[in-house]
Amino acid sequence: MTNSFFDVVRSGINSTFQDLGRKNLYHIGLPFSGAMDKRNFLISNNLVSNQNNDPVLEFAYQGPLLKLRNNNINFAITGDVNFKIKKSSSDIINGECYKTYILNKDDELDIISTNKSVYGYLAVSGGFKVEKYSDSYSTTTRAGIGANNGNKISSNQKIYINESKNISASKKLDFINSRIEFIRILKGTNFDYFSDSSISKFLSEEFIVTKLTDRMGMRLKGSKLENIKETNIRSEGLIKGVIQIPTDGDPIIMLSDHGTIGGYPKIGVVISADYDKLVQLSPNTKIKFKLIELSEAEKLYKLYKMETDNLLNKIR
Amino acid sequence: MIKNISNLGDAAIYCDFGKEINKEINTNVIRYFKSIQKKNIKGITNITPSYNKLIISFDLDLINYSDLKNQIENVKILSSLEDKVKTIKVPICCDDEFALDIDRLNKKLKLSKEEILNNYLNKNYFCYMTGFVAGMPFLGDIDKKLRLNRLETPRVKVPKGSVAITEQFCNIYTFESPGGWNIIGNTPIKVFDKSNQNQPTIINPGDKVSFYQITKEEYLNWNDK
Repeated sequence: MTNSFFDVVRSGINSTFQDLGRKNLYHIGLPFSGAMDKRNFLISNNLVSNQNNDPVLEFAYQGPLLKLRNNNINFAITGDVNFKIKKSSSDIINGECYKTYILNKDDELDIISTNKSVYGYLAVSGGFKVEKYSDSYSTTTRAGIGANNGNKISSNQKIYINESKNISASKKLDFINSRIEFIRILKGTNFDYFSDSSISKFLSEEFIVTKLTDRMGMRLKGSKLENIKETNIRSEGLIKGVIQIPTDGDPIIMLSDHGTIGGYPKIGVVISADYDKLVQLSPNTKIKFKLIELSEAEKLYKLYKMETDNLLNKIR
Repeated sequence: MIKNISNLGDAAIYCDFGKEINKEINTNVIRYFKSIQKKNIKGITNITPSYNKLIISFDLDLINYSDLKNQIENVKILSSLEDKVKTIKVPICCDDEFALDIDRLNKKLKLSKEEILNNYLNKNYFCYMTGFVAGMPFLGDIDKKLRLNRLETPRVKVPKGSVAITEQFCNIYTFESPGGWNIIGNTPIKVFDKSNQNQPTIINPGDKVSFYQITKEEYLNWNDK
């Protein structure tokens, strides 16, 4: 029996294979990468009874249009996503997220768009048949490494799917992605480089997510933040969630595919518990920052982890 | 050694080795980097050395800031790096078609091309750090006579393999990317070779690097390109 595969009819804007990310390579210039929204990534794999770290297809804004060949499969989509299943009999089913569906041979899956959010996830039972690089499937397009030879998926390629025994298992989860009022942050290592009035603007005014936002970083616009010390620091390591303020005074938040080294002052760092919600903010969304203490951030992470585990346990 | 340890967000430790930037301080950073790497501490996901900082990121599911800070403060630090570093000789072609900023360097430094290359080639440089993009080494220190600022307007596309200088440093562009350093040549070798998964970078923090000149014919026939 030959493996099932998708013919990619339309690739979508930024569709890449991702898992939980790649460790221990910052020092040679490779970012962590991995699924942007970890909670939705984990739910997608658990819905189709895969391992937590199996590769899934992440898409942004417009997703792919895929035609299934050879055998039937079981799949689930997570996020806030508008999709349709076009049966070979020409029936059309409007898809719901957080629910498994059986896709039959020659059916099409049309992932039309994400709604007021950025990323969605497609998991198939058995997992995608793709290759690892340095112990991770995550695609880092800028370095050309990871699944699919380090590239986004493209139209007219094939995506192979591992054989799966339990394609009839039907599962679902009652879940709605909640919106976030504030992005909570900790002080960055250069917090005191900024004038008092800039700090007060930073922590009270709204900032707008701009279109210059991708897996590498999120650029914001709002009041210009004035650096009263030095606008360049010696290049040093970065991590995801760091908010840098370059010379022009507009914040840039480092996201999962960020450059590993940078030389702009760090005004703050987004807490780990808020990262999944941060990355889902689409261009033109207004956000506010709230400064908290490390001990509170650690408590909020425990809560986030507990909620995620509870959700995974509620999948039936 | 470490002047100050603080948190960077809730999942990283920021070790500051002081304001100055020199080989001695950076060697300390790299000694800490290699010593911590060797200890395989549970929960560490990345260790990033740079000129005068070391950032250690960790998995909040496995450890937290204060516990890891405690462990880092008690790591026994390697006394010497000598047996851990390599010396790498990098071929470069400096014909005018590759040395894109040689005219700017001529004018600003008031040195001929020959003088520039004599001052630059066949000297040992030290790798302070590797990164920004995969495999890009930050090397130094170059001769005082060769020190110049970045271009006023950075290039949108720097060709892959370009060898470039600015201030006391030089680097090699491992991918085509934007950049503002002064380009003096191009190497045909793969400084980041993804086909070698165990060690895709040939130049790592602490290594010694020297450049030697090759002809265009040798460049074009270089078999690893």
